[in-house]
Amino acid sequence: MEHYISLLIKAIFVENMALAFFLGMCTFLAISKKIEAATGLGIAVVVVLTLTVPVNNLIYNNILREGALSWAGLPNTDLSFLGLITYIGVIAAIVQIMEMVLDKYIPALYAALGVFLPLITVNCAILGAALFMVERDYTFGESVVYGFGAGVGWALAIVALAGIREKLKYSDVPEGLRGLGITFITVGLMSLGFMSFSGISL
Amino acid sequence: MSEITAKQVLFEPIFNNNPIGLQILGICSALAVTTSMNVTIVMCLSVTAVTAFSNLAVSLVRAQIPNSIRIIAQMTIIASLVIVVDQLLKAYAYEVSKQLSVFVGLIITNCIVMGRAEGFAMKNGPWLSFLDGIGNGLGYSVMLLFVAFFRELLGAGSLFGVTLMVPVSQGGWYVPNGLLLLPPSAFFIIGLAIWALRAWKPEQVEEADFKMSRHTHKEAF
Repeated sequence: MEHYISLLIKAIFVENMALAFFLGMCTFLAISKKIEAATGLGIAVVVVLTLTVPVNNLIYNNILREGALSWAGLPNTDLSFLGLITYIGVIAAIVQIMEMVLDKYIPALYAALGVFLPLITVNCAILGAALFMVERDYTFGESVVYGFGAGVGWALAIVALAGIREKLKYSDVPEGLRGLGITFITVGLMSLGFMSFSGISL
Repeated sequence: MSEITAKQVLFEPIFNNNPIGLQILGICSALAVTTSMNVTIVMCLSVTAVTAFSNLAVSLVRAQIPNSIRIIAQMTIIASLVIVVDQLLKAYAYEVSKQLSVFVGLIITNCIVMGRAEGFAMKNGPWLSFLDGIGNGLGYSVMLLFVAFFRELLGAGSLFGVTLMVPVSQGGWYVPNGLLLLPPSAFFIIGLAIWALRAWKPEQVEEADFKMSRHTHKEAF
C-alpha cells in the first residue's frame, strides 16, 4: 500500500507530466487561457489516462512483450516493435468509445468537455505515460495508480497556469513578449517551483 | 498569395511562420531533448524526416481517405514512419536512442507532424507537401539548435561533447551554470527567443487583451 501511495505522490508532484517532462505542452499552452476550459480538459485527461495506461499495460504484458505469446505456442516471438502503433491505436479507440458513451449516457458532461475529447488523442502526455509505463516495467496495479497520478498532476498544472494567465491578462507586458513569450516564462517559473518537490520519497 | 511557390513553402516556416514560435506546435519535445547538441541534431533529423515523408504519404492518398476517419488514417501513417525511425536509431545509434528514450516515440503525437498533415498535405500536391514537411522540420530544428546551443555551452561548457570552456571541477576556470541543464531553463530560453524573433518581425506580435491607459499626472487640487 505504501508503495502505491509513494508512486502516486511521485507521479503527481515529483515527476509532473507537464512541468518536469514537458508532455502535453501544446494543449497545455493553447487551452490555458480560461480556468473553466482548463478544468474541463484536466478532468478529461485524468479519465483517459486512468483508462489507457492500464489497458496498454495489459496489452504489452500479454501480447507484445518478448515471450508473452508462449501460451499461443510462440515462445520466441517479440512483438515489442509494434508497441508505438498499438498504444496510439488503443488511445484513439478509447477516446472514441468514451466520446460515444458520454454522448449517450451523460450528455451534460459530453457537452462540457466538447472539443477537448478528440484533442486528447494527440496529447503527448497520454502516449508519454504509456511509454514511461513500458520503460519502467510497471505491474498492472502500479500502472493504474501511475495513470491516475500522472493525470491529476497534469490537470493540476494546467489549472494553475490558467489561473496565472487570467491575472496576467491585465498586466503590461513588453510588446514582443506578449502572449506566447510571457506564457513560456511563466511556465518556466512554475516548473522551478515544482522542482522543489524533487527528492521527496515516502 | 494565390500561387504558392516551392521556395516559399520551403523557407516560410523557418522564420516567418515558425512552428514553435508562432504556430505553437511541437513544443513538448523541443524542451526535453535540448540538453546537448548531439542528441538535439538526431532529434531534428528524425522529426524533419518523419514530417516530410508523412506529408508526402498523406498527400498521395488524400483523395482516398474518407473524411470521418482521416485522423486515424494519418495517425497510422505517422506511427509506421516513427517505428521505422525508432528501429533505425536503435540499430545504428543505440547510445543516442537511449538518451532520447520515450521522445522518439512521442514524435507520433508531435503536433507539427499531425498539424502539417492535416493543415497542408490534405489540400496540396505531393511535391509541395514534401517541401512543406522539410521546411517545417527546418523551422523546428533552428529553434531547437538555438536552445541546445545555449544550454550545452553555458550549462556544461562544451559543444557537441567537446569541452570549450574547462569547468572548475576539472581544474579549469569556468563555473558551469547548472540551471541551464535543468528543465525550466528551456522555457526561459524559448520565451526569450520568441521575444527576439518578434522584435525582429513585429507583425507577429499578439494583440493585448487590455490596453494600459496612459499614466496621467493629476494636480493636487
